[in-house]
Amino acid sequence: MTDVVSGLAPELAGAKEGQGSKPLASASERFTSYDLDAFEVPGGREENWRFTPMKRLRGLHDGTARFDGSATITVDGSSETVGRDDARIGQGGVPADRVAAAAWTAFTEATVVTIDGTPEPVTVRVTGPGEGAVAAAHLQIRTTPHAEGTVVVEFSGSGTLADNIEVVLADGSKLTLVVTEEWADDAVHVSAQHLSIGRDATLRATSVALGGDLVRISPTVKYRGPGGDAELAGLGFADAGQHLEQRLLVDHGEPSCTSNVLYKNALQGRKGTTDARTVWIGDVLIRATAENTRTFEFNRNLVLTEHARADSVPNLEIETGEIAGAGHASATGRFDDEQLFYLQSRGIPEDVARRLVVRGFFGEILSKITLPDLRERLEAAIEAELAVTGI
Amino acid sequence: MSTLEIKDLHVSVATDDGPKEILKGVDLTIEGGQTHAIMGPNGSGKSTLAYAIAGHPKYEVTSGSITLDGVDVLAMTVDERARAGLFLAMQYPVEVPGVSTSNFLRAAATAVRGEAPKLRTWVKEVKTAMSNLDIDPAFGDRNVNEGFSGGEKKRQEVLQLALLAPKIAVLDETDSGLDVDALRVVSEGVNRYKASGDVGVLLITHYTRILQHIKPDVVHVFAGGKVVLSGGPELADELEKNGYERFTSPAAAV
Repeated sequence: MTDVVSGLAPELAGAKEGQGSKPLASASERFTSYDLDAFEVPGGREENWRFTPMKRLRGLHDGTARFDGSATITVDGSSETVGRDDARIGQGGVPADRVAAAAWTAFTEATVVTIDGTPEPVTVRVTGPGEGAVAAAHLQIRTTPHAEGTVVVEFSGSGTLADNIEVVLADGSKLTLVVTEEWADDAVHVSAQHLSIGRDATLRATSVALGGDLVRISPTVKYRGPGGDAELAGLGFADAGQHLEQRLLVDHGEPSCTSNVLYKNALQGRKGTTDARTVWIGDVLIRATAENTRTFEFNRNLVLTEHARADSVPNLEIETGEIAGAGHASATGRFDDEQLFYLQSRGIPEDVARRLVVRGFFGEILSKITLPDLRERLEAAIEAELAVTGI
Repeated sequence: MSTLEIKDLHVSVATDDGPKEILKGVDLTIEGGQTHAIMGPNGSGKSTLAYAIAGHPKYEVTSGSITLDGVDVLAMTVDERARAGLFLAMQYPVEVPGVSTSNFLRAAATAVRGEAPKLRTWVKEVKTAMSNLDIDPAFGDRNVNEGFSGGEKKRQEVLQLALLAPKIAVLDETDSGLDVDALRVVSEGVNRYKASGDVGVLLITHYTRILQHIKPDVVHVFAGGKVVLSGGPELADELEKNGYERFTSPAAAV
């Protein structure tokens, strides 16, 4: 099922298209499969993995992880628990890396939440398998045609979790989705989000990554018909030793669709331990068929201290000249001593000054969360992050 | 009435070749109700004096004292100095991305006044203060100084001066980079502040033109890291005519 690349040196014989350290010429060539063995074991130098500290993946990528635990999933609202053979599973997308394929191979039951017009927000709580344990999970959120609703997915707890989240929006439906990562310090979470947008459907997604040792989230947006609209907003707050990675691909293959991506990360490291680290990859592909596309993606990073590193790689590939608009931007700034001096010189104490800067920075993202209780809780969690490091 | 007293102040900055002494024994007393102008050539240490009063970490006070109403200013952190009633309008105000001007002003007023100003009166207060300085209210939504022109930044400094109402204000080259109209607006702002009470102003400038708008009671000539001559307003006129040469010639630099 995978094309073996021809014409390579003998030691690379057997390499498959879209894998290995040979960079892809285009996001359109990205390899996907449900079959775990179709993916080479990544070594860490591949484009897809080069920013990820592989040693901290706890074997999710190379088959040494044993899925011996299970995540606890509770849903406030109606949901179904279904087997792997449920016809709906897989409608959202196909794994595009080995960890996603491993999670797809390992899950036993999937949780399906269907939004069919109920106005109440549905909250899905996923709790990790506990320290030392590894789990795979599968979640699908779907809408019926023209339905509107809100789903909050909250990740917390300890342990290692690999999962796939399918979001399948029916034609004309509108989903507001908030995904929060509020893990304990030990947790590793590698998550593939398959976001499939029906004709004239709208997705408003907000991602909030605060906790965990390593959190790597890979959302992929695909459109199934014209008129789709996806907004992906996100924030991350990386403390000393934390690795937060967001890898987005918006694949425009249908005409007259819109995408807007805005991710903001703040980093605060500490001397004498591993750097605080964020990675943001923003790929947007506008295929030849996707005329009249409008897209914009923006990543901003705020480095609060030394011992922090932010990587930002925006990519925009355009295969048609007939687009309505496309742009991308990335900016990384430092909260420096001069800014602190300036705010303090107006009477503002140092801790308040830092809070002011971080609150202002994240305000644009948090204001998109329309559930007041959730927003307040996340605001408080961010302030607590600032307090923990004592700056 | 407040008194800012600077005695035999020595200040160094770190350089690649080790610490370099910039201020070499500054003596200066500013009382509420007075306006002092400090004039001097570039590189004489005027801005260093301003930053040392405000407490910028880059400048190390090696000896001497600064007191406000007898209280040791040098023992205070930067924010404590501001809350004690000192204000520095900076020559190069800093851009703070991510923080809106209105949030910043409110945080500063809350800190300096010791309690959050009541929202209703605060909005009106800011609006009036902005209108006095011909500042478009839309600036409230913009990030602090981000992308502002030099003149817009200076207006923001004087806006903060009006809202924070310090006991003693140090204005560091607030006139530089302003066109004639902006200079008038900014000067009016400073004069309104002066008229608001027994406040002291230390006006640091390279040029005499701002002194046509803001009348000093005392003029100090600053050269070689200290005050070399003090006098009345007429001293400014003499500097205007003859320049700083007689203070910077080798014979004067003793």
